[in-house]
Amino acid sequence: MEYVFQFGIVWRDIDTLLLGAWLTARLSAISMVLGLAVGVALARASRFRTLRAITRGYVEAIRNTPFLVQVLFVYLGLPSLGIRLTPGQAALLAMVVNLGAYATEIVRAGIKAVPAGQIEAGKALGLSPWHILRFVIFLPALRAVFPALGSQFILVMLASSVVSVISAEELTAVADTLVARNFRSFEVYLVVAAFYLAMSLGFQAAFAAIHRALFSRWAMADTR
Amino acid sequence: MIREFTFDEFWFLVLAVRWTILLSAIAFIGGGAAGLVIAILRISPRKPLARMVAGYIRVLQGTPLLIQLYLVYFGASLFHIRSDAWTAAALGLILYASAFLGEIWRGCIQAVPNEQWEAANALGLGYLSQLRFVILPQALRIALPPTVGFLVQLLKGTSLASIIGFTELTRAAQIVNNATFRPFSVYATVVVLYFALCWPLSVLSERLERRLEHVEAPTAALVI
Repeated sequence: MEYVFQFGIVWRDIDTLLLGAWLTARLSAISMVLGLAVGVALARASRFRTLRAITRGYVEAIRNTPFLVQVLFVYLGLPSLGIRLTPGQAALLAMVVNLGAYATEIVRAGIKAVPAGQIEAGKALGLSPWHILRFVIFLPALRAVFPALGSQFILVMLASSVVSVISAEELTAVADTLVARNFRSFEVYLVVAAFYLAMSLGFQAAFAAIHRALFSRWAMADTR
Repeated sequence: MIREFTFDEFWFLVLAVRWTILLSAIAFIGGGAAGLVIAILRISPRKPLARMVAGYIRVLQGTPLLIQLYLVYFGASLFHIRSDAWTAAALGLILYASAFLGEIWRGCIQAVPNEQWEAANALGLGYLSQLRFVILPQALRIALPPTVGFLVQLLKGTSLASIIGFTELTRAAQIVNNATFRPFSVYATVVVLYFALCWPLSVLSERLERRLEHVEAPTAALVI
């Protein structure tokens, strides 16, 4: 018996899938902002020795365990400690904790990319510590890590499909409910794959444009 | 009846590690073989071929691994291929690994200085001999750290096979958790087991990279 593809059934629910895509983009964006905050805080805190050891442990623990297990641990394991979370909260927490570890590494690499001489030059010019942090460390560091942060965002968006296992609301979970209703698993997931691909490529193009808009003036200054 | 989380349950989890390792090994060997072909095609002087392979990489890197596994799992039966969790997980992870390893190795091959190609050409070697005897041996050295790094990603990625019902470490955890209802102990154990698998590889990858520091090594464009 030949299989007959029926994309018409999927087309009928396209609004639901678009909503799912929006939820995925929103979940990824919120995680990115919070995860980046964690990353900046920890990269700064690493100046102190004890905090550095703790940060190191956190980063290594997260980077060497699967995201799926982290999600399950947060959702199923934490209630034993009296921390009960809804699927949405558990998904967000797991994503922020996961992203925080990678962001710490990225931000640290960015700060390292600022030569010590540049900071000394800032001091010699009589800039206040706040101004040195802002103009001499933060902005050049941001420029150095912007591409890495952009690809990290896309990786997080793709990895977020995993939170569908605890029924947190996003694109894959929405697809799962559609499949449970129409049994057209292959068609639904094929369309969902196309959604993810379009989002990856779209965000990639958007980040490249933002990077150009923010830093092109600087690039010119560099070559002068 | 609820079972206790005793040494037997713990040992069940430890034994499940072999399926995680076996699945990773299959995906790495299969994906490595396909990845090598992809890397070579990607830099092929035949432009349409190189572009097609670039599209393949883009699709696999731009969609979530979970959706890829779903598509293989639900899609295999459409093409009259036996569709069990084993085949689908192995095939899905091989495809995934082939795209990432192909892209990593392409970078490594291109990191070999152009003069090496020219020198090999001047010696009268054919294209494949140039690759085989001159370029690949040098690329191999550069490729080692990011390849070991990707092995960590792959090991973590095998956890997603649990979602399509393949019994490896993460699925074993769900089974034990359903029987004992000790989610905290179960998932904490699983976190430790994954860490024990991945961390030595991460350390190895970092060491190898430090040893190569004088060579311009392309960093793997993947982190989750």
